[in-house]
Amino acid sequence: MKVLVPVKRAVDYNVKVRIKADQSGIDLANVKMSMNPFDEIAVEEAVRLKEKGKAEEVLVVSIGPKEAAETLRTALAMGADRALLILTGEAVEPLAVAKLLKGVCLEEQPGLVIAGKQAIDKDAGQAGQMLAALMGWAQGTFAHALDVEGDAAIVEREVDGGLQRLQLRLPAVITTDLRLNEPRYASLPNMMKARKKLVAEKTPADYGVDVRPRLKTISVKEPPRRAGGIKVGSVAELIDKLHEARVL
Amino acid sequence: MASLVLAEHNNSTLSEATARAVTAARHLGEPVHVLIAGSGCGGAADEAVLLQGVDTVVVADDPRYAHMLAEPVAMLILSLASGYASVLAPATANGKNILPRVAALLDVPQISDVTRILSPDHFERPAYAGSVIETVAAPDGKKVLTVRVSAFAPAPSGGAALMVSIPPAADPGLSEFLDETPALSGRPELSSAKIVVAGGRGLHTAENFHHLERIADKLGAAVGASRAAVDAGFAANACQIGQTGQSVAPDLYLALGISGAIQHLAGIKDAKVIVAINKDEEAPIFGIADYGLVADLFQALPELELALGK
Repeated sequence: MKVLVPVKRAVDYNVKVRIKADQSGIDLANVKMSMNPFDEIAVEEAVRLKEKGKAEEVLVVSIGPKEAAETLRTALAMGADRALLILTGEAVEPLAVAKLLKGVCLEEQPGLVIAGKQAIDKDAGQAGQMLAALMGWAQGTFAHALDVEGDAAIVEREVDGGLQRLQLRLPAVITTDLRLNEPRYASLPNMMKARKKLVAEKTPADYGVDVRPRLKTISVKEPPRRAGGIKVGSVAELIDKLHEARVL
Repeated sequence: MASLVLAEHNNSTLSEATARAVTAARHLGEPVHVLIAGSGCGGAADEAVLLQGVDTVVVADDPRYAHMLAEPVAMLILSLASGYASVLAPATANGKNILPRVAALLDVPQISDVTRILSPDHFERPAYAGSVIETVAAPDGKKVLTVRVSAFAPAPSGGAALMVSIPPAADPGLSEFLDETPALSGRPELSSAKIVVAGGRGLHTAENFHHLERIADKLGAAVGASRAAVDAGFAANACQIGQTGQSVAPDLYLALGISGAIQHLAGIKDAKVIVAINKDEEAPIFGIADYGLVADLFQALPELELALGK
């Protein structure tokens, strides 16, 4: 079975983003970029499936600028076998991402797609479900545990108020939650080896997909700031204040 | 045309998330219909009928909807969609699971986690873990939205909607429910609780987390946790508050041993009063807390429990 993992090059999770002066978007000049953390979990899970002998090949795909090749090389260094970059200019919305991934799925016929549950830049959380819909496949979102047996996947999902276990018919799309696994570090020797590997390139036109955004961003602004309050000296004083504020 | 709200419920009762999504739907200015997909879901439907501002409650009662599996529920919504200008769901695990599937089948972009509806096609939503608020304009055509539950007040009771039953739609039979492990607590729901007591890594042990749970029980509060506390195994995943967990909007939020990473603060920004107790006086949570107490939790927790016990 082949496993496909989409990975996104996103602003590093440690970076505090800055808004452009004209409120048109985020200032990305000289900002550290990394693989979306949920996608790292997805790559790790795919590589583990291969190590367990349940997958033969792990193909990683990124949709983005040419710099996204670096993100793909990180995935190769973690143990992915092959990488494909679909070159695009500006940000691509989840529906267009799903359509491009559908094109890849039709070509590559993976048995399983493992995607991050959301990218930490736009926080949309849509692409995996949209791909499953377009392919007519089952979906197992917010995966906490995954097992593959024959032509079925057993996925334990994090839902509001607990965990839910589903059996999915393969091929299917899984999206990863935080606790699915702990991604490995790409070691330096593996990073060096990954540098020599080929990253195949395609364009949206190769898949006949129009990636022009359909949503228009009117403005990006900071959320209203909460003013800090006061410090109290003791638990007793705190309780008094809370009574005064009528919240106890 | 009307707006269709996918209800969140457990078949017998309606979740408050539904009443909050109804409020969001009313901002779109069209009649509001609520879809109850479930199995033996008459109780939830009866409650939905009473929500003010709801015109019609559409009930699809069939075993295939017993566990809100994404594939059959998306097909059901798709079968109804031609009659609606917008489809909404609360941004709960179910809404986030099902609605993108619906949007893709309708070939429209989804707008996730809407916090404000400025007009029928202009929406505010957070991005970058709540560090920024985007205003986006949706193209003409159907709108598919998930709405952040904590950003909208629940629609009050006292309405009298029509109820109509509809037959189930095709079930693609792609997935099967096996079982579930509820993180049962008997405490209020995190997303709608009036008081939330939450713990972080500063609690150090699961044992101390139980201490926090006793305080929550004295206050009739829900229990929350930071990602660090969940990752350390102190609390269940379902307790997690923040970018990748739940958002809360209680009257009182007690943050115990929580430093206040941006991802966590994103989940509590709608809390009315925030109290922070932390040993580290430099912790970012003090920058937004209404009342801060710099103290060792292992002294403060027992004192707090004692004080609340009176």
